[in-house]
Amino acid sequence: MKLKALLAMAAVLLAAFLATGCGGEKAKETANNQTNGEKLKVGFVYIGPVNDAGWTQAHDEARQYLMAQLPYVDASDYVENVPENPTDAERVITQLVEQGNKIIFTTSFGYMDPTIKVAKKYPDVTFLHCSGYQTAPNVGAYFGRMYQVRYLSGLVAGKATKSNLIGYVAAMPIPEVIRGINAFTLGVQKVNPEAKVKVVWTNTWVDPAIEKDAAKALLDEGADVIAQHQDSASPQQAAEEAGKLGIGYNSDMGKIAPKATMTSPVWNWGPYYVDTVKAIKEGTWKSTPTAGSLTYWGGIKEGIVGLAPYRPMVPEDVKQLVEKEQQRIVSGEWDVFNGPIKDQSGAIKVTAGQSLSDDEKLNMNWFVQGVIGSPK
Amino acid sequence: MIKLPGTNLLIEKKLSPDPAAFFVVPVISILLALLVGAFSLALSGRDYQQIYATMFSGAFGSTYGLSETIVKTIPLTITSLGIALAFRMQLWNIGGEGQIYMGAFAATWAALFFPVGTGWWTMPCMILLGMLAGGLWALLTAIPRAIWGVNEIITTLMMNYVAIFWVNYLVYGPWKDPQGYNFPLTATFPPEAILPTLGVSRIHFGLFLGLLLTVLMYAVVQHTRWGYEIKVTGESVSAARYAGINSKRNILLVMFFSGAICGLTGMTEVSGIAYRLQPGLSTGYGFTAIIIAWLARLNPFAIVLVSFLFGGLQVGGYIVQTSGIPSSMVTMLQGLLLFFVLGGELLTYYKISKAPASSGQDT
Repeated sequence: MKLKALLAMAAVLLAAFLATGCGGEKAKETANNQTNGEKLKVGFVYIGPVNDAGWTQAHDEARQYLMAQLPYVDASDYVENVPENPTDAERVITQLVEQGNKIIFTTSFGYMDPTIKVAKKYPDVTFLHCSGYQTAPNVGAYFGRMYQVRYLSGLVAGKATKSNLIGYVAAMPIPEVIRGINAFTLGVQKVNPEAKVKVVWTNTWVDPAIEKDAAKALLDEGADVIAQHQDSASPQQAAEEAGKLGIGYNSDMGKIAPKATMTSPVWNWGPYYVDTVKAIKEGTWKSTPTAGSLTYWGGIKEGIVGLAPYRPMVPEDVKQLVEKEQQRIVSGEWDVFNGPIKDQSGAIKVTAGQSLSDDEKLNMNWFVQGVIGSPK
Repeated sequence: MIKLPGTNLLIEKKLSPDPAAFFVVPVISILLALLVGAFSLALSGRDYQQIYATMFSGAFGSTYGLSETIVKTIPLTITSLGIALAFRMQLWNIGGEGQIYMGAFAATWAALFFPVGTGWWTMPCMILLGMLAGGLWALLTAIPRAIWGVNEIITTLMMNYVAIFWVNYLVYGPWKDPQGYNFPLTATFPPEAILPTLGVSRIHFGLFLGLLLTVLMYAVVQHTRWGYEIKVTGESVSAARYAGINSKRNILLVMFFSGAICGLTGMTEVSGIAYRLQPGLSTGYGFTAIIIAWLARLNPFAIVLVSFLFGGLQVGGYIVQTSGIPSSMVTMLQGLLLFFVLGGELLTYYKISKAPASSGQDT
């Protein structure tokens, strides 16, 4: 009996709670619409949480940079943790359009189909999809040449390893990740031909527990440097706990595992986002592919990718070597996948004097010599 | 009867739950969940009224939102119907997720790799093969259950992972689209393999299949001898045996159809939404369906309603993010709703009363 009375009271309380101030809501909405009215609305779709210290955070920092740089842009609409399945992603993108966003950045590979589908329905909205291969008149595909920085970080790792075994915690066997592992290994072997890179697939972009377990398994097998293509810093933490070293990814993971992480290949999307939004507003932007299937594929030279600050354990001579190699890449004289390159079986894949085309780089599904593991 | 330690309160199972409680308790539970949610939103300095209003209107208040809620309702309804069929016989099919993937796999085979190509037969073949694959996948766990009494909770659960990895193997390997830059996707389906949609919305023919299945399920369960057998076996195996019901046969049949219906979800998702096979096809529909079937008390019509509400909850959840709510807060709200509604179940079936002073040592 008492319980029923309690429940009834709760219901009345709730009704009163919800009823108070219902009038305020309409006024607020119209006020919002007015302030947003004149601005160009730009929306973002994220795979992870904005504070993941990795992939999504890098995009979100760029979103804030975009707002700070271009006063006429309102980029306050973003949706995080959107799964890469067709049902949810397509709806989230459509809703961003319906909420008045004129430019929409979809920042994970799995949003490709949904982005293309929604773009067909809204020809006056411009979409930018990160890391895919499809374009349309109002859909651009963009990415960064992370492999260049992976190569540089490989030099650091190759110099640091004593056991000559480097562990690489990798998300999914798709060309982007395979390309990164290959570039990293080419860097390692350039300075240390004895060293091998052992790859473990987690089949997830972000899952701190699984990433950490994978790193621990690699450490148990004798790896003394842990590199990663994962969104969380937990592989670096595993390395730190084991008293070993690491190479982070996405953002400066040395902030999280300062004793382990020597440096991290990082993304810097901000300048590209600003340039692209400007170009779209001025009507000069085109989605035509310029590099393989991509509308935009910037590298170290464009500043979209780079190395995070070194931690003190990286010796001066290594820093100088990296600097020298970076100059070769920036000058365009050399770009990582220049022959001779052998595959895992030892067969020549790229002959001396040749180099892979952008299309071949984007399609990569084989490992270079020195990688232990299967690209599948 | 359980005495709460340190109090003089008793929890007792009700002999016959009050019919009104079936409706009143969930409603009060939802209101309480919203109340607690409102307090935590208010504590973090957010306008809970606007958030609730946005969530509700996002899911039900516009044609687009409503259509998307229905899109979400389709897989939830079909899967829950399949799960509920097994639950009615107290067969705990936790393998809906895997059966969905197997259905999607077989339907994709019929769409892309059928020996005689595509034509008028493509769609019927996709439906039949999708259901057959889901059914056979479930049957694999039903056989050991029927013969040796192997616990189906464990086996159906484990089979989920096998099915998901099988689909991953195909899309990362032999079924990868040759034009797909080595990404884990099959080629897009030909037009014959794509379910028609309602106008410009994404509501596809699966809605019709789901509703048809709902009526069919009601008819079979309530008005056939087989339906009666399932119910009796579910309530008491010994009574069923006494009545001469072949429960082994029924375990096999019920699990097969339960899996087949879940397989249909896989088919409608690839054919009505994704237009290709890919990893992450189902966002845990097979698991959400367990909660839905339970909340709906296995009643087919209630399943449609509860699926619709769950669909709305998921659709509304993403909408409020653009009003500045982090997704973790949305997950918390969804969790609160589930917690209170499931907790409310306790009040439907159990009553709490003051222990008489003399029965202090009762257990």
